[in-house]
Amino acid sequence: MRISVQGASFDVGAETANFTAGHSDMGAIVTFTGVVRDNDAGTLDRMEIEHYPGMTEKALTEIAQEAQTRWSLGDVLVIHRHGTLKPGEMIMMVATASRHRKNAFEAAEYLMDYLKSRAPFWKKEFTKDGAEWVDAKDEDETALTRW
Amino acid sequence: MKVLYFAWVRERIGLPRETVETEATTVADLVEELRAREERYALAFSDLSALRVAVDQELCEFDAPLAGAHEVAFFPPMTGG
Repeated sequence: MRISVQGASFDVGAETANFTAGHSDMGAIVTFTGVVRDNDAGTLDRMEIEHYPGMTEKALTEIAQEAQTRWSLGDVLVIHRHGTLKPGEMIMMVATASRHRKNAFEAAEYLMDYLKSRAPFWKKEFTKDGAEWVDAKDEDETALTRW
Repeated sequence: MKVLYFAWVRERIGLPRETVETEATTVADLVEELRAREERYALAFSDLSALRVAVDQELCEFDAPLAGAHEVAFFPPMTGG
């Protein structure tokens, strides 16, 4: 299991290749990549992601451990960036490895649902008109009830 | 006790962290003490339903005890991913 909270960008291809290597007993690798999406008006200049150093790593580790146990994963990877990001840049990725695809898919969804509202990150969007903190969505909280 | 603020809570209070001398036994008591300090605190803590709290880096409720706690953090609902 690897958890990385970092300012630097990452290479999804290289991360996926590294993650896959050495798991010949795992028949399924699922990866999800989150990208900074421009707003509907196309005016997003940048996003700043703040986090709680220490608690972030702890929360992500707990979420990943739960996923690993519950879906008998062979491995889990979580990368989440902080700092200033431009539209189109990758914010985060998760990867899960399991013997069969169902567990890898479900575990990846679980990881995403939990890290959206249980890992201490906060997004602020900057446009030419000013800056606004992104509000948490009710549906993100509701998403947790399915698990 | 170390008290930390993140996102708009940090902006409203005007600082990311501070050391607070307190006898508060629960998070709610600590919030009452902070609210009574200054307008900027009262404003930041005006609606607790819009806030989340962590004691020693674990999410908890506002009635959580503070016995033995080193670090309390206040922040809005998280928006990761």
